[in-house]
Amino acid sequence: MLYTDPQYRIMGDRALLVELGDDVDLKTNNRVRELFVSIKTDPLEGVLETIPSYRSLLLIFDPLKTTLSLLQNRIQQLLQTLDPSQLPDPRKIEIPVVYGSEYGPDLEWVAGYHGITPDEVIRLHTAHAYHVYMIGFMPGFPYMGELPKTLITPRRETPRTVVPRGSVALAQAQTGIYSTQSPGGWQIIGRTPLMLFDSERWPPALLEMGDLVKFFAIDEEEMANWEQ
Amino acid sequence: MGAVETLEILTPGPLTTVQDRGRFGFGGYGVPPSGALDSFSLRVGNLLVGNGENEASLEITVIGPKIIALIDVIIAITGADLQPNVNEIPLDMWQSHPLKKGDVLSFKGPKSGCRTYLAIGGGISVQNIMGSKSTNLAAQFGGLDGRPLRKGDIISSDSPARHLKAVGRSLDKALIPSYTKDQDIRVISGPQDDHFSAEAKEIFLVSPFQVTSQSDRTGIRLTGPHIEAKKNLKESIISEGVVPGTIQIPGDAQPIIILGETVTGGYRKITTVISADLPLVGQLKPGDTVNFRKVSMDEAYQAIRKMENMVAGLF
Repeated sequence: MLYTDPQYRIMGDRALLVELGDDVDLKTNNRVRELFVSIKTDPLEGVLETIPSYRSLLLIFDPLKTTLSLLQNRIQQLLQTLDPSQLPDPRKIEIPVVYGSEYGPDLEWVAGYHGITPDEVIRLHTAHAYHVYMIGFMPGFPYMGELPKTLITPRRETPRTVVPRGSVALAQAQTGIYSTQSPGGWQIIGRTPLMLFDSERWPPALLEMGDLVKFFAIDEEEMANWEQ
Repeated sequence: MGAVETLEILTPGPLTTVQDRGRFGFGGYGVPPSGALDSFSLRVGNLLVGNGENEASLEITVIGPKIIALIDVIIAITGADLQPNVNEIPLDMWQSHPLKKGDVLSFKGPKSGCRTYLAIGGGISVQNIMGSKSTNLAAQFGGLDGRPLRKGDIISSDSPARHLKAVGRSLDKALIPSYTKDQDIRVISGPQDDHFSAEAKEIFLVSPFQVTSQSDRTGIRLTGPHIEAKKNLKESIISEGVVPGTIQIPGDAQPIIILGETVTGGYRKITTVISADLPLVGQLKPGDTVNFRKVSMDEAYQAIRKMENMVAGLF
């Protein structure tokens, strides 16, 4: 639920966390996006970094150039004047995925856990559009939701030490894509040939907060059509 | 004159990377700051050799590399004392030093601290990516192809000859930080101190914690008494942005000091290290003891001003 008044939390002498709601929901997340886009468009004096997440925005600032109380006042004013109609519409992005086999080693397990077939998992995963709540954990990694109830799956009991780049995965009500190779505990159901993060590209991340993402199934042979 | 080859890596050491003061402004894309974990030593090193203080240096971790000078070049070693030598003769730290073509820089072994910085007159000529030369090891970009240095790597610098006149600069001995095995670190409460009982917060502040070997550029894992969150709270919180120096308490109730390689986290954070003490955190190594001391925001700001005034007054 969106708070009537934001809750401010102090993260040391150079970071202010602005919490706009108490839970993971679209309304709160869209409000975070409004505030984030507004500050990106019209930067606040002394702010070095803004990190949006599910329900909060973290401002990292130079304490020699501004103060906590000044910033808090500016945020308070901004929240009163934000105009949601100025926010760009969410981009709609389609992402090809090879489901199962070596690319989605947990697909069978996920299907078994829910008592459905792997094909049904694929059908359900591709049937919905997902909202990108935030990018985090690693450069370009999107946290997306909500999964349909039948796909809500716990994390793996033992995380993998190596999850390949492009792995499409589930954890609880979220779905995500590993943008770089890393250790990870999410259930891997497929892989996309798209590059979720490329430092040589602008913008470097394929997805950003607020995007609407839809997955579609492709065959292994088709991967080369997208491979970058 | 442009970029000139200055140094060749004969042996790299286990983890030597190119780092400047970090990459800021791309947190919305999940891009973390990276950067020198002891920014004070980085900045002073740069000033000693006549660079801008934000220039990139080599960050060397615990075990030093062996490096040969390809031309006459000026260098400075700051940060951890890994006992640097030039041609087997001990080299004083925290001062500029001219290397002659063919001189070999090596390190005898760690004496104090964790990370040493090798500043080169003319800096390190690598691509600026999103405003920084820092190496992001996880996403493999920045620095030298996004990886630690290897045998045979060549470092190039911008107009190194112009920096040779910085010879003779040294940092006043009274200003050289000391890195002890038993380090006091100042913290400010929050952001989720309200998730912990008064007793848990007290235990956190009065107990020594040990740095474990599971520490890296992502975070410093500590071991000590358990810091339990209040009952009835979930194991994790809703993921949110994090600043380097914030101290999270995951499910095992053992603190982790977050460093510069991540932008978000899903664990509650009991306190945050003050900016002026972050460079000291970058010098903690496995086996060291940390004692946290709570200070006011005013004291934190006085400490930053003191440090900034000192750096601004150098050379």
